[in-house]
Amino acid sequence: MSAALTINAKIYKLLQGVNGSFALDASLQVGKGEFVALYGPSGVGKTTLLRCLAGLDHPASGEIVAQTQGQTQVWFNSAQRIQLEPQHRRVGYMFQDYALFPNMTVRDNLAFALRKGASKQRVDELLAMMELGALQHHKPMTLSGGQRQRVALARALASEPEMLLLDEPLSALDASIRARLQDEILRLQRSMGITTIMVSHDVGEVYKLASRVLVMESGKIVQQGTPVEVFSAGQTSGKFRFTGEILVIEPMDVMCALTVLVGNQIVRVVAMPDEAANLQVGDAVMLVSKAFNPMVMKL
Amino acid sequence: MQYDMQPLWLTLQLAFVTTVILFCIGVPFSWWLANTRIRIKPAVEAMVSMPLVLPPSVLGFYLLLAFSPEHWFGHWLDRSLGLRLAFSFKGLVLASCIFSFPFLVHPVQAAFQNLPKSLAEAAYSLGKSKWQTFVHVLLPNVKPALLSGTVLAFAHTVGEFGVVLMIGGNLPNETRVASIAIYDEVESLNYAAANFYAGVLFVLSFIILLAVYFLNRKAQK
Repeated sequence: MSAALTINAKIYKLLQGVNGSFALDASLQVGKGEFVALYGPSGVGKTTLLRCLAGLDHPASGEIVAQTQGQTQVWFNSAQRIQLEPQHRRVGYMFQDYALFPNMTVRDNLAFALRKGASKQRVDELLAMMELGALQHHKPMTLSGGQRQRVALARALASEPEMLLLDEPLSALDASIRARLQDEILRLQRSMGITTIMVSHDVGEVYKLASRVLVMESGKIVQQGTPVEVFSAGQTSGKFRFTGEILVIEPMDVMCALTVLVGNQIVRVVAMPDEAANLQVGDAVMLVSKAFNPMVMKL
Repeated sequence: MQYDMQPLWLTLQLAFVTTVILFCIGVPFSWWLANTRIRIKPAVEAMVSMPLVLPPSVLGFYLLLAFSPEHWFGHWLDRSLGLRLAFSFKGLVLASCIFSFPFLVHPVQAAFQNLPKSLAEAAYSLGKSKWQTFVHVLLPNVKPALLSGTVLAFAHTVGEFGVVLMIGGNLPNETRVASIAIYDEVESLNYAAANFYAGVLFVLSFIILLAVYFLNRKAQK
């Protein structure tokens, strides 16, 4: 399998956000074979950062240096005016909309991605690995979301990339397919040892896949570490904390019933009238509950 | 009665040559226009669309002036390239290319603009050159627009009258295309011949358009 690379990047670029412009100003180091997640709300520059690494966007200033098999390659350097084309970066980029070529069948999509001189056998291997054999003569239009995602991943791998860049790879899929594909991505990444950077705003996904997470806020990396360090820092207590949104407030005799949307679950909790007094429908709230005696069931 | 087939052949030749040239120039140009961010893009687009609104005689008049050996441009063409464009088939081809340009460019440009940007980007990051991407990814995905643009340009060239009359005149075997022949026959009260040419153009145009709509419907399935 192709060698994985390490990345050293310093990126600066002005971006237009909903609340005016802000600067994407981030430096990151990604080690060989690492699986790094860029985590944060939408519109903070995660995708732009990824696109800068792939060469699809260019920073206003900064430097991107890649190292593979002891060789150093400058991908971008604003001072020296170096700007390596995306064609020469050997990056497998998975787009949020998958960007499968509508005119080609699944098989042709993969075959098109092969490098010059690569054996056609690679297509068959990838089709088998991603369980796409039965769909190989279908056009992307006729596939389901999960199937398209698998084709996109297989196509990215067909070009023998040294790094995988995944832009919210699973955001469009429902929970059960999501979990399966997360397993698949993890298995592939481990077995190939390929350096991977993933954009995600899903904590569960980051926990499951990434060995390191960079938390981004308005263009800056504000926190980094393992998912456990980042997401449970100071919170490993005997309490559950959930954030949710109030859907309904019903005053009852002495209490108040709140219907709250947490993730994709709707829960009903009670609150004291004085607590409920300053709450409105649509407010974001945090629910805290003691966790000393939960029921634990294996799924 | 025996009719002179020459005007019909000339029309088809003109339309064919024009369409081939337009396709080679217009398709890359449409791609460029769909992707360019230069400031004068609105001006370029306006220039391309001018033949849609200008009376053909205006375009023909200016081309005639420019092509005439007395004008510096016509003089230069004659001296350096040995080209005389006024009242010649070559001149008709050039004028038709200008005149039918928007009919090819508009649908193709719109189709390129409607393709998701990520398609080309995906091809680039798979290591494909701009040319490979253009040929294997972009062009096949704008096929219906290519078809309708090409056919419209062809059909429009067949139906051209004003420009041809202005810069081509009415020279048999050189510039006397079918639309001119109809006008000429009517002027000399030869209605039977005019009817023949008109009928052929009518049927031809209908068949061409029918074929486009039919093929487009098939492509959408």
